[in-house]
Amino acid sequence: MAINVKVLDRPVEQVSYVRATLKGMAQTFKHLVNREKRHQVTIQYPEQKWDLSPRWRGTHRMLTTETGKAKCVACGLCPTVCPANCIKLVPGEDEQGNRYPLVFEIDEFRCIFCGYCQEVCPEEAIHVGRHYENAEYSRDGMVYDLERLMAQTHPVSDLWDPADPKGE
Amino acid sequence: MTTPLAALALLQSYDPQVEHPGNGTFFVATVVKMLVVFAVTLGLVSLLTLAERKISAWIQDRHGPNRVGPGGLLQPVADGLKNFMKERVSPGFVYAPIFWLAPALAFVPALVSFAVIPFAAPLPTPWGLIPMVVADVPIGFLYILSISSLGVYGITLAGWASNNKYSLLGGLRSSAQMVSYEIAMGMSTIPILLLAGNVSLGAIIRQQAVTGWNVFALSVAFFVFMVAAFAETNRLPFDLPEAESELIAGYHTEYSGMAFAMFFISEYSAMITQSALMVTLFFGGWDIPFTSWDNEAPYSVLKSLATLASFGAKTLFFLFTFIWIRWTLPRFRYDQLMSLGWKVMLPVALAYIVIVATAILALDAAGVARGPLYGGILFAMNLVLLVILFVWLDRGRLISPASGRARAAEVARLRARAFEVRQGRRAPVAELAGEAAD
Repeated sequence: MAINVKVLDRPVEQVSYVRATLKGMAQTFKHLVNREKRHQVTIQYPEQKWDLSPRWRGTHRMLTTETGKAKCVACGLCPTVCPANCIKLVPGEDEQGNRYPLVFEIDEFRCIFCGYCQEVCPEEAIHVGRHYENAEYSRDGMVYDLERLMAQTHPVSDLWDPADPKGE
Repeated sequence: MTTPLAALALLQSYDPQVEHPGNGTFFVATVVKMLVVFAVTLGLVSLLTLAERKISAWIQDRHGPNRVGPGGLLQPVADGLKNFMKERVSPGFVYAPIFWLAPALAFVPALVSFAVIPFAAPLPTPWGLIPMVVADVPIGFLYILSISSLGVYGITLAGWASNNKYSLLGGLRSSAQMVSYEIAMGMSTIPILLLAGNVSLGAIIRQQAVTGWNVFALSVAFFVFMVAAFAETNRLPFDLPEAESELIAGYHTEYSGMAFAMFFISEYSAMITQSALMVTLFFGGWDIPFTSWDNEAPYSVLKSLATLASFGAKTLFFLFTFIWIRWTLPRFRYDQLMSLGWKVMLPVALAYIVIVATAILALDAAGVARGPLYGGILFAMNLVLLVILFVWLDRGRLISPASGRARAAEVARLRARAFEVRQGRRAPVAELAGEAAD
């Protein structure tokens, strides 16, 4: 034995492996026959879905007015605040002088889902949503244009409210 | 009869109860049995891969594969298809001839050794009584020992031909491990041969119908054999050849697709063979417990089916045990593995041969007839031996030289010297030499 190797003189019950082996096998067998436990732990994903928190920040959604137009007034606050630089906005103006987005695209791949765009929006137009199933076959598919953002139907996020930090 | 025909007759009908069915029948029956046993073994292997994943999942409170087919039943088919369609990758640095030969070398012995294991009572057919074993050879047990020794070649050569340091280490470990435990395994079966007086597996089964199952009459041998069987099949807690944490995947690191699958199949078929062997040697083979109905001469199809079911149930139990233990116990360290094999299992097996031989000699001299009483006396002796063995094994740190206990006085002396060396009052090497002198 090398010098300075500390050998603890433990009682036999703690170092015996025959007893430990039998105990372990009983333990694994108990788990093997316990059907309820595995149903508690695992969510059978495509059939069974997870309950998202009301503050979940997922796929974006653009809300619309009663007439079916986007609420966005192309103020340019969201591309300014966006830390990931994932929002592309080209503003336009109609005959009455109302501003509207000519191009409004969000690259969901670049997005870090911080929710600042929803927080900063004066018109409550752009929102992050309680939705996470956005797989695509190509990178281009992850760039959502205005039409697609308006077509989303999932519930929007409640974001964290500093006045009510626990969401009560 | 000419000499080749005499040899053929010897191969055909070893069992004295079985009448010589004739060469044509023998040939056809053997081919049919070969095909059936081969198909059943491979089918069982694919189901075992599923069972392994399901049981491991359940032990860990998961569901396991349940997407392909009802309850995941078609998962092995999907895995097989995937493996067949995978590209055969041959890395540039391997030694190709042996690299591609090695999976076959691992695969064949694992499948071939099942040939001599009897799996049911003889089946009466219009062409005579057919023994329910592929090859009813009189040297069945020796055959299994020699064939299972060949299994190490596949793994070792795969490790060597891969030309990869992890693979080589895996292959080296496996050869050391399998050679070490083969000795313990061979020694643990000698008491059975002493008791049966024969190396034919059929004779060993008949002996167990008389004196009771060998697991009772020779419990210590069963313990040693089971531990050695785990080591021989490279299953946890003895899966050192493919220790992921140290060796990536050990000897099969460089393999992919069907070549990798062949190592997998050989591991599982080795498991099946070892389980069947444990059943045959220690649990009465196809014997149905508490009856002598199944061992007696007027054989029927029903009898064959019942004994086949009995054999299958026992084998499946041991296959379950293999999986159960894998998902319970952690891996041994390499020095612990060697120390368990050479310092515990081998001496225990050797001492046990002497004890059993003495007991058999004494019982025969005392005129005890071979029967339940004979087995009972041996069982009583084994209970005492098992208690002694397990108390000794249970003392803790027995198998690990690296953490063996030093005497307190020795530790104190070493610490004092280390302290002085650190203080610069002693030169370590010179002192050691001086101490060795006195």
